[in-house]
Amino acid sequence: MHAWLERQIPKMVLAPSFVAILIFVYGFIGWTAWISLTRSKLLPKYDLYGLIQYRRLFAAPRWDTAMDNLFLFGALFIGIAMALGLLLAILLDQRIRAEGVLRTIYLYPMALSMIVTGTAWKWIMNPGLGIEAMVRSWGFESFSFNWVIDPDRAIYAVVIAGVWQASGFVMALFLAGLRSVDSEIIKAAQIDGIPGWRIYTAIILPSMAPIFLSAFIVLAHLAIKSFDLVVALTGGGPGYATDLPATYMYAMAFSRGDIGQAASSAMVMMGVVFAIVVPYLYSELRAKHV
Amino acid sequence: MSDFSAFSAAPRAVAAPARPGQIALRWLLFSLLGLFALFYLLPLFVMLTTSLKSLEEIRSGSLVSLPREVTFEAWRTAWSGACTGIQCEGLRPYFWNSVLLAVPAVLISTFLGAANGYIIAQWHFRGANLIFSAMLFGCFIPFQVVLLPMARMLGWMGLAGTIPGLIFAHVIYGIGFTTLFFRNFYVTIPSDLVKAAKVDGAGFFRIFWSIFLPLSLPIIVVTVIWQFTQIWNDFLFGVSFSQAGTQPVTVALNNIVNSTTGVKEYNVDMAAAIIAGLPTLLVYVVAGKYFIRGLTAGSVKG
Amino acid sequence: MPPILDIRNLNKNYGAVEILKEVNVSIDQGDFLVLVGPSGCGKSTLLNCIAGLEPISGGSISIGGRDMTRVSPRDRDIAMVFQSYALYPTMTVAKNITFGMKVRGVDAATQTRKLDEVARQLQIEPLLNRRPGQLSGGQRQRVAMGRALVRDPKLFLFDEPLSNLDAKLRVSMRSEIKKLHQNLGATMVYVTHDQIEAMTLATKIVVMKGGEVQQIGTPAEIYNHPANLFVADFMGSPAMNLIPARTQRSGQGLQIEITRPEGAPMVLQSPLAQDLPENVILGLRPEDIIEAGARNGPAVQAAQCRVDLVEPAGADTYVVSELGGKQVTARLHAETKAQPGAMLDLAFDLAKVSFFAPDSGERLN
Repeated sequence: MHAWLERQIPKMVLAPSFVAILIFVYGFIGWTAWISLTRSKLLPKYDLYGLIQYRRLFAAPRWDTAMDNLFLFGALFIGIAMALGLLLAILLDQRIRAEGVLRTIYLYPMALSMIVTGTAWKWIMNPGLGIEAMVRSWGFESFSFNWVIDPDRAIYAVVIAGVWQASGFVMALFLAGLRSVDSEIIKAAQIDGIPGWRIYTAIILPSMAPIFLSAFIVLAHLAIKSFDLVVALTGGGPGYATDLPATYMYAMAFSRGDIGQAASSAMVMMGVVFAIVVPYLYSELRAKHV
Repeated sequence: MSDFSAFSAAPRAVAAPARPGQIALRWLLFSLLGLFALFYLLPLFVMLTTSLKSLEEIRSGSLVSLPREVTFEAWRTAWSGACTGIQCEGLRPYFWNSVLLAVPAVLISTFLGAANGYIIAQWHFRGANLIFSAMLFGCFIPFQVVLLPMARMLGWMGLAGTIPGLIFAHVIYGIGFTTLFFRNFYVTIPSDLVKAAKVDGAGFFRIFWSIFLPLSLPIIVVTVIWQFTQIWNDFLFGVSFSQAGTQPVTVALNNIVNSTTGVKEYNVDMAAAIIAGLPTLLVYVVAGKYFIRGLTAGSVKG
Repeated sequence: MPPILDIRNLNKNYGAVEILKEVNVSIDQGDFLVLVGPSGCGKSTLLNCIAGLEPISGGSISIGGRDMTRVSPRDRDIAMVFQSYALYPTMTVAKNITFGMKVRGVDAATQTRKLDEVARQLQIEPLLNRRPGQLSGGQRQRVAMGRALVRDPKLFLFDEPLSNLDAKLRVSMRSEIKKLHQNLGATMVYVTHDQIEAMTLATKIVVMKGGEVQQIGTPAEIYNHPANLFVADFMGSPAMNLIPARTQRSGQGLQIEITRPEGAPMVLQSPLAQDLPENVILGLRPEDIIEAGARNGPAVQAAQCRVDLVEPAGADTYVVSELGGKQVTARLHAETKAQPGAMLDLAFDLAKVSFFAPDSGERLN
């Protein structure tokens, strides 16, 4: 009996965390899902009314903008950060003496809060006193760089700040990947007389496919959750020009008092995240446990 | 600077030996690397110089010029005088809020992660993998989906708008990652160790305290840094679950920058931004190696 | 006196998979029991069950006359040495050795005395303040032994303790373990996949395959009278020759016919009085196939064989010839004149022969 009790200890210690996850993750997702199917407004109501909130959501022009922004921002952010990160990693992989210092410089933005990043870039891109003013003071009077206040361009300003923050991280991932390629294969290729750039394109990069996937997942995840950056940089504006689903959800939940909209937009966000992450996690877990 | 042993694999000889063309390429390489370094350093440089200028100098001078006259006035204001809405106490109280919130949240979530990881990796039982998967999926949800019920739950628990409430939220949603870190670390330790200790007569807790915790220092550092960076930099929970007086530093910074009253003091904004970013930046500079390990562990699973 | 370890009808399943099937083993005080078999045969699982590290699905285990089936490892009065040594990485050698005593609340003076004793016995005194990471493989092995010895248990368990050492160290540690066993008079259960280790160390061997005990016996019994084809093939190196043959009663004895690649089948006369089925597998160890005239006796039969391969191995020379469609190895003197392709007169010592049924694999004689 004593031995039996002893075998239960690990389960008992793990149980509180597991129960907490069950309630605060899965239970809460369930609650939000339920609310998204009701006519809750300022306070939650629990009578189901079908897909009314989703119909309202997809009819709202502001949500439309938010989703368009998400895909535009996501595509540019992921694409540029990956390209830049890969380029930096390959450049750094050329036996550079100052590699340690450069790596530190490229990566430090990742340690900062997105609020700090947003604040800094908001100042730099400030049309009156930032880059625009600086370039004009050099004599290029007609130079214009007012993206943060231009409704059509503001989302690109968010992309710049986002790329600045995250590309160093992609660099770190890729660099670790480049270094983990079996050096004997590369030696063999060199002996075969294959030129350096071909070694990259034909041998090293293809073997890094899993890292591309990881980087993509992380960046996509960051893009969908992006909230702080937009809040600090543009506040979602001008108007709703840089609204993302995350800011839309927040506005509905805490300033508009429209819980139903908040819940349904959160569910759509989760749908997008899971459409990307679940297949990845599934394959990872399968590969590990089978 | 930071020591990145994560990258210190033997240097590989992809670069060909030096020939005239190669030397030109080498120069191109260095100028590219230098340009990118400028791109990453520019915002930090601009923040720093702006924070040391007076408002007049900011209006008259250029974005990238060094301050003609260095003044710490903006730093003083940012720390103890800037207005976040109606209150004008600077960042200081909010900075301490962040400290008061981050320290316990980091410690608790790290400890829970260590215990969970130890159990999942070393005390195999039916369903352990299912539990781990459930926790792992929890790492990936967009927090928006739990924001509303969490706000209600905190209210129901009497923790709405309090620092303990924020600590609670950060601990709950940090468990997934901390468990993942420790589990992946403990999985690499041969299970014979637990067996040997069992035969020696040690029980579950004794084995954890005497054998596993002492050898976990590296992963504890990685986890603490990861959690600290996450929690210190958090904005979403801070803005959703706090109220005037209990807000963390990120929320206060955003309020200072976006407060519409009075003259826009860019130098104060920048000083405040640096103050808010300093703790995590410091951690990065001191322990960059562990920071990167956390980043890669958090993204490349296993 | 009851057996020191008594395993009865032990079963172990993981879900529907049977890992151990109806295992019955018992040993007495001072025995050295070796569990041997190929990887995946269940020998390590059996050891873990004895230690109480794995719950069993059926049957019982008693140690020192006490039923231990549901008792936790700490209360079984056992000590264990692991394949990976499993030294606690953050503790010094001294702390590693005394950890068990500390956990059990043994007083400090006794701890020190026992530590000194064991350290002297294993000659690890200079290592006591080092950590496992600073030790060589052989030194770790000694510390792991020390951790077990200091406990002075009823039963020592060894889980492939030598398999991580290089070949030379393995041989010397092997004899040290043997000496230790003789000096202490302790009872030991030892798991290995190495049949030579099994033969040299054991007073009793359990050969296992697929979770089932194939044979239990002294090393000599296992070697000379393997219970089935698996044991015959697994124990001994080079392996026992297993040659398909036809038998036929002839007078008092048995006439054995073995095909050769060319010419008439080889015919041997065995004095065996027992009746055998017509088709059998004849098992004969290489050292029982020798140069004609090298050994005398009523059961030694000579026959001419063609040499396919000559393998000098220092002390002996192995000669391979095809018989009954199998490569048959004979163990000759190092100075043999055997040449590949030539014919050679070989003697078959049928006093040592084993016969097996081709279908069931069971021993017939």
